[in-house]
Amino acid sequence: MTIHTKTTAESLSKAPSGIAGLDEITFGGLPTGRPTLIAGAAGCGKTLFGLTFLVKGATVYDEPGVLMSFEERAGDLIANVSSLGYDLPRLIAEDKLIIDYVRVERSEIEQSGEYDLEGLFVRLGYAIDKIGAKRVVLDTLESLFSGLGDGPVLRAELRRLFQWLKDRGVSAVITAERGSEGQLTRHGLEEYVSDCVIALDNRVDEQITTRRLRVLKYRGSAHGTNEYPFLIDAGGISVLPVTSAGLSHSISDEVVSSGIPGIDAMLGIGGYYKGSSILLSGPSGTGKTTFGSRFVNAACVAGQRAIYFSFEESPEQIVRNMQSVGLDLGAHVKNGLLRFESARPSLFGLEMHLVLMIRQIDEFAPSVVVVDPISAFRGSESEIHATLLRLVDYLKVKGITVVFNNLVNGEQNDKNEQSLSSLMDVWIGLHDLEANGERNRGLFVLKARGMSHSNQIREYQLGPDGVTLIEPYIGQHGVLTGSARIVQEAQEEAAAQERRDEVNRRQREFGEKRKSAERQIAETREALAREEAELLALDTVDQRREEILAAGRFAAATRRGART
Amino acid sequence: MSPARKAMKVAAATAESLGNAAVGADGVYHFRLYVAGQTPKSMAAIENLTTLCDTHLPGRHRIEVLDLVLNPELAAQDQIMAIPTLVRSLPPPLKRMIGTLSDPERFLIGLDYSRPAT
Repeated sequence: MTIHTKTTAESLSKAPSGIAGLDEITFGGLPTGRPTLIAGAAGCGKTLFGLTFLVKGATVYDEPGVLMSFEERAGDLIANVSSLGYDLPRLIAEDKLIIDYVRVERSEIEQSGEYDLEGLFVRLGYAIDKIGAKRVVLDTLESLFSGLGDGPVLRAELRRLFQWLKDRGVSAVITAERGSEGQLTRHGLEEYVSDCVIALDNRVDEQITTRRLRVLKYRGSAHGTNEYPFLIDAGGISVLPVTSAGLSHSISDEVVSSGIPGIDAMLGIGGYYKGSSILLSGPSGTGKTTFGSRFVNAACVAGQRAIYFSFEESPEQIVRNMQSVGLDLGAHVKNGLLRFESARPSLFGLEMHLVLMIRQIDEFAPSVVVVDPISAFRGSESEIHATLLRLVDYLKVKGITVVFNNLVNGEQNDKNEQSLSSLMDVWIGLHDLEANGERNRGLFVLKARGMSHSNQIREYQLGPDGVTLIEPYIGQHGVLTGSARIVQEAQEEAAAQERRDEVNRRQREFGEKRKSAERQIAETREALAREEAELLALDTVDQRREEILAAGRFAAATRRGART
Repeated sequence: MSPARKAMKVAAATAESLGNAAVGADGVYHFRLYVAGQTPKSMAAIENLTTLCDTHLPGRHRIEVLDLVLNPELAAQDQIMAIPTLVRSLPPPLKRMIGTLSDPERFLIGLDYSRPAT
């Protein structure tokens, strides 16, 4: 058992392979000045692997290289990789690459007496010296076995060759055909090359091919030990060490709008956390695509970039359909904020989809991503789970918020969905609510990590104004939706009207009462005033009478002679 | 002078002496022997070839000894992998034989040599 320590990992000098992903798995590349064995069955990409090592060495790392090909002629090789954008003739002309085709034809080789492979050494040595090569690829050395026969001479010469390569200090890649059961290589080349061994594999599952790579051994260095999928396409080889992302990503408190005010309101922080993953699950026709479109629309309106990965509909179709809910996604596409990527899920394997998605994301650098729907992916549950895990990890590291749409059957969550839950930060369930002979749509928040959220089942409607969440009506048997809700609304409206009428009536009555009371008060006041006036009048009459009487008495006295 | 070196000289001389023979002329065998330095195997091959030719093809052969140590570019050019390699360029077809030529039977069979009728 080898104990890998950090110091050895650092001290070991490495030659970057230039193959996306591989250098991450190997923490820097292939061992400098030592041979590396690439073992794989036919069609795994061994030759391309070697060529990429050389081409990247020559173009990126300033390390010229020699390819000694035992199988393909230089002309064929040049033609084969020109589609990948590798311009071998130019590299050859610039003395950065030498391709030496070694013709091994059993029928042309007669043997008489002892021999060695010094000729090969001379050829290789001459080529290395000619351009100062730092990298050498031998593809596929095993052809020698078929040409020369598997004898002690060849074995001894191979041993000498690998030692010689080490002495020359070149970083060598030796490709070898995969052996039958239990054997890494057909002729046991791993016996001679023990510093670094990489196995390539090409498997077909459900008619979909996936290439995989594994670093079996790397003497003196730590390395990723998993089996990593890799891809050969127009961009060359890319390995996907996406699991290396782990859970060490930084997190954000920033809030991203869901694009639907009603949903934002249901979530405690007014939206999703930036960099979180959201699962929108629901049966057909619950508006998953609409929700996804609103989400990208909100981002685009805010001036951010978005990618919409569609596995069911073409971009044009989505753009057209979303106009019916008041979204003009075409405008965002035109001004370069929104990118649609549509592909049939059965077109590639899961890995291929993942690579293409990650490549798009790398290229476009969006803030938000929608994957619609993940249920379209084919493969075993664990594989889909692993693929999504890698995608989620990748997006989290980049701080990209992602909405996954998931088509489910009926109201029951199937097992698949449950296992998805662990990957998701927010899960919103869209449901068909069937009652009273109609079908209505309702949504609720199943979970929302790190925030308080509404526990209500809310009915929503899709219309020209987008997605509208309707105030919940809760009756005796749960939430009322559709016409039941409308009936309830009407009933409540009627009751309210009745109450309003009653209040009005009583107000009127009271007003009248008050009026009559006030009238009475006024009348009484009048009567009192009248009485008072009468009293006053009486008083005046009385006084006058007194005066008259007094005057009479005086007159009488005078008449009786009381004159002086 | 070692016997091997002498043999090399002889071989070169033989090639030289037969230089006038028309290329491809009937009955003349053209051989190119590729060696790499003066290793025992190389020396043995030169000696064996000279002997075989003198025995079976007297006056009907031309031998060229090519040392890859001196002319490394020839290795790739002439598709040499094993050392020593003997190439019979004439008469056609081109034939290759690797090894020290220590087995006369295989040498003769391998080169489709048919004894001249006596």
